[in-house]
Amino acid sequence: MKEKLVLVGNGMAGVRTLEELLKIEPDLYDITVFGSEPHGNYNRILLSPVLAGEKEIGDIMLNDENWYQENNIKLHTGKEVVEIDRRNRKVIAEDGTTASYNRLLLATGSNSVLIPIPGNDLKGVVTFRNIHDVTTILEIANKKKQALVIGGGLLGLEAAYALKQQGMFVTVVHLMDSLMERQLDPEASSMLRETLENRGIQFLMETATEALLGEDEVWGARFKGGLEIAADLVVMAVGIRPNIALAQKARIHCDRGIVVNDTMQTYDGRIYAVGECVQHRDQVYGLVAPLFEQAKVCANHLAQLGFAQYRGSLTFSKLKVTGVDLFSTGDFMGDDTTESIVMKDVDRGIYKKIVLKNNRIHGAVMFGDTVDGSWYYQMLRDQTDISGFRGQLLYGQSHLGDSGHGGANTAADMADDVEVCGCNGVCKKDIVNAITSKGLFTLDDVRDHTKASSSCGSCTGLVEQILSFTLGGDYSEAPTAKPLCKCTDYTHEEIRQTIQRQKLTGIRSVMDYLEYRSPDGCHICRPAINYYLMSSWPGEVVDDPRSRYINERAHANIQKDGTFSVIPRIWGGLVTPAELRAIADAADKFNVSTVKITGGQRIGLYGLKKNELPAVWSDLNQSGMPSGYAYGKSLRTVKTCVGEEWCRFGTQDSTSMGVRLEKLTWGSWMPHKFKMAVSGCPRNCAEATIKDFGVVAVESGWELHIGGNGGVRVRPTELLCKVKTDQEVVEHCCAFIQLYREDAYYLERTAPWIERVGMVKIRQQLIEDGGNRKALSDRFLSSQKFAQKDPWAERTGDAGFETHEFFPLEVKVSHE
Amino acid sequence: MSDWIEISSVDEIPPLGARVVHAEEMEIALFRTANDEIYAVRDRCPHKEGPLSQGIVHGKRVTCPLHNLVLELSDGKAVPPDEGCALVYPIKVEESRVWIKLQGVASKIKGSK
Repeated sequence: MKEKLVLVGNGMAGVRTLEELLKIEPDLYDITVFGSEPHGNYNRILLSPVLAGEKEIGDIMLNDENWYQENNIKLHTGKEVVEIDRRNRKVIAEDGTTASYNRLLLATGSNSVLIPIPGNDLKGVVTFRNIHDVTTILEIANKKKQALVIGGGLLGLEAAYALKQQGMFVTVVHLMDSLMERQLDPEASSMLRETLENRGIQFLMETATEALLGEDEVWGARFKGGLEIAADLVVMAVGIRPNIALAQKARIHCDRGIVVNDTMQTYDGRIYAVGECVQHRDQVYGLVAPLFEQAKVCANHLAQLGFAQYRGSLTFSKLKVTGVDLFSTGDFMGDDTTESIVMKDVDRGIYKKIVLKNNRIHGAVMFGDTVDGSWYYQMLRDQTDISGFRGQLLYGQSHLGDSGHGGANTAADMADDVEVCGCNGVCKKDIVNAITSKGLFTLDDVRDHTKASSSCGSCTGLVEQILSFTLGGDYSEAPTAKPLCKCTDYTHEEIRQTIQRQKLTGIRSVMDYLEYRSPDGCHICRPAINYYLMSSWPGEVVDDPRSRYINERAHANIQKDGTFSVIPRIWGGLVTPAELRAIADAADKFNVSTVKITGGQRIGLYGLKKNELPAVWSDLNQSGMPSGYAYGKSLRTVKTCVGEEWCRFGTQDSTSMGVRLEKLTWGSWMPHKFKMAVSGCPRNCAEATIKDFGVVAVESGWELHIGGNGGVRVRPTELLCKVKTDQEVVEHCCAFIQLYREDAYYLERTAPWIERVGMVKIRQQLIEDGGNRKALSDRFLSSQKFAQKDPWAERTGDAGFETHEFFPLEVKVSHE
Repeated sequence: MSDWIEISSVDEIPPLGARVVHAEEMEIALFRTANDEIYAVRDRCPHKEGPLSQGIVHGKRVTCPLHNLVLELSDGKAVPPDEGCALVYPIKVEESRVWIKLQGVASKIKGSK
């Protein structure tokens, strides 16, 4: 017999927990759900747009009754559970329906606070919490004119805006002296008030409501001090309070909410709780992102995996009022220990304030222009060191220039048919439709369903904006420490540390040690683990070809038609006539359809069949050309100019330096591809300042630059230092590569890596600590002893390595 | 039944890897999982015809090398939310020899194209 799981509360948090559970363990429980509302699960955060007439109720349903049926879940709608019989492990609904449980999940949400004043029970006095409230308000709004909203917080202002849209005269009364005082600083708050006043909403600030007036229906309100105004609809939006009545009655420990531990368990070990009814580490959450994080953890324990932990959430706020952009996150007020950067443009109605602490974002509040909200939020979460671009911070991410989406950087004013994701051809309306029709909440959801931002990722910020614009501020974000992939909850860093501390040397042992939940990982984690093993234990770990992406496994780049390309190494861009002849001969011999000079000063042969590769390599090897690693997460090219040997401006021998660096560093496996360039003078013809490691010759020596990128997001390098001798160039180069290999995450280019860890750390390790630099360089050179074997040579000839990779099985099919 | 064709031994296919079989002018990918189960799938991803044999094998699934579509080896279906289905062939393993059944399947391909 299956165990029984009962969910009380058919809302977003509870049902999300079930969805997460079904993903991991679809058949573990017989599930029963009780909901007090007569609907399936709907998207509560979209009630404001429904009230404003911008959406229909049908648009915001998340799980209809079919979903419950398909998953064999017994659904009781319109039945409020009134008692938990913990001794006999069953719940009892008000109509007498009972259900017994082995495990119980409470997701009773929260109730709107009703202010205890005379008249709060009159007809026309409502809260703003569920579909029933919305239909009641809409009925009154159709007939009456005067609306009073009590409460100038997020919910109150959204309600006020929606009622204004419905054609009512709206007054908002607020107890404090500024609106949304918990989410905005006084500056942004007063700008918000001005904007809303311009839209015809009136405000009564620092005013307490004393009584609501009327016999049966409300007709007015009286405030402290005696002022009275007319009102035939009163919306109370002064806050929400966790709904803990049921839990309290069952004597489950509650404080402000139902108290849970890091595994979402209440004080009764069989009873879990998630959502707004919960109090975790003294915090109560009312936004969707934390609830979803809780749901994930809870599902992990219900599925008896038992390793996920909820450690609390960081949230941000955004108002769902069309045309009003505001955003806040973290500690945006600041104190003695913080610094603030502020920009204010009164005429354009723009205000931005970023609070910094130790060169990291501590909080942010923005009004009028919030496109970079998600960027700041991400850097706050990741604790990114911003010292490198502090000067550009307020101007936003678009200042740094992405490619692939026509330079657009604001989702709100994009037309529906504008392409957002240039890699996969996804338009804004495709994303918006997927979010609303499929009930998506996270970036990963959108990537899975639409493919937007799943390739090069340069439009990630835009997609996040569309998410937050479509759902208001309430979309879920992955927690700070992103797991490596869906197979594990451990992060890149944790996996690498485990490999090194436990001295693990095989992928299988890593997966066993970390209690992997999939049998042998996936295409995301296996290559990463393989890399961490190879880079942690050079010479000891045996490479696993089955955990390599095809390009690295076959040592050639797969093309869209399944053929491969071959690019031999051309040291520093220098080539001899004999080598050119050998390439031309190979092209003739194998009928190569396209021969192209690549962007990195090399020559590529395209359209080769896989079984031809060993023979082509053998021919090229015979003329002295090894693999160019144009397919690998490793050194690609070292681009050079002709330098002082020929150029009248040249100050150093840049070609020789390029060849020397390439000979030293080829063959090393790295987190991602790695490009270098050496320019012979500051005119920089080799474009060294957009490379991972760029060298620019000056009269007195060499400038060393790091962290450049010319791809998706153009990013110039940062100057690491100036050195005098060739030997110093070599040592810095090797040390930098080794630091990158040891510290960056798999598939992280040097540019985002440096942005993540900060130039300060890199300078400390490479410049200030000369001994450390020498040690890094030595470690690199020692690992090169094992790495520098031409993979082409290993795979050609009779005793070829991995020959099965290249040759198909031949089968005779006889037709009798 | 006479329409089973012997194609290889299990050992010729690397664990968590694949080999390509040319048969009846078609390319079929022969996969071997970690616990030595063998599956045969037409070597064309339903998305953009990527060669599935070149993908990374994990569990009873393969990831297409071109755009990372993940397919079930047992029935060829894409893992949701992706859609699509690759053709699969019946396989049997007897005394470490792998047999495939092509008849009927081949005509299905012609019919579908």
